Amino acid sequence: MPMDERQQLMRQIQQLSFATVDLNLYLDTHPMCQQALFEYNRFTQELLRLRRMYEMKYGPITNFGYAPSQYPWQWVSEPWPWE
Amino acid sequence: MWIYEKKLQYPVNIKNKDVRMAKVMMTQYGGPDGELSAALRYLTQRYTMPTGKSKALLTDIGTEELAHVEMIATMIYQLTRNATPEELEAGGLGGFYAQHDHALYWNDANGVPWTASYVQSQGDPIADLHEDLAAEQKARATYERLITLTDDPDVIDPLRFLRQREVIHFQRFGEALNDVQFHLSSPKYH
Repeated sequence: MPMDERQQLMRQIQQLSFATVDLNLYLDTHPMCQQALFEYNRFTQELLRLRRMYEMKYGPITNFGYAPSQYPWQWVSEPWPWE
Repeated sequence: MWIYEKKLQYPVNIKNKDVRMAKVMMTQYGGPDGELSAALRYLTQRYTMPTGKSKALLTDIGTEELAHVEMIATMIYQLTRNATPEELEAGGLGGFYAQHDHALYWNDANGVPWTASYVQSQGDPIADLHEDLAAEQKARATYERLITLTDDPDVIDPLRFLRQREVIHFQRFGEALNDVQFHLSSPKYH
């Protein structure tokens, strides 16, 4: 089944998000590594950009003040990640 | 403080029901070497780590493990979605159905409920980090056995991802252990 636009964008966010998690753990034990830090900051910027794009179109990925919501409150929209 | 992200860390899209596989996978949800044990172990050991690096690492790996709890839950949920009571019974989950219907619950592959005695928190960073290294290897070995128990690519793919994360976490914990040992043996500490 081909992925729709929303799924494709989510897949890109998952990939970038994974890269930042993995680099984050690496930096925890290598805080002086400039190359890893450069990559972490680069992926973080790109991730923020794609998140904003996704959240404008399809609703917030995070709540508690990390992303605004359109009316009505979008956080309750389905599907949830396990569905 | 934690925040929730309305997404999985890695995609899970299981199309075929498989009650038998859901049952054995429960060990990674509520078993001794499962993701819940991992998350809670690291998130409680972090308070008595001696360095900024080790506090950060236990916080961050503990947090990633919570995302793995969600992935395993999603896999079990999807493997048993729309299963009839008869199908659950035939797949070995008749007792589970009687107690929990289609809900998720923290027990191992044999129905034994999760217990805090699966994890330790010694307050000794060397002992705790050694436990963490062992935990990652036990989870890695469990994922390898789970992969041999299915031929469904929708199940194998996320299991392979989770197995790989155990390997990375082991690597990072090893680096943290070396660093903590160096820190504890440095003159300024004594």
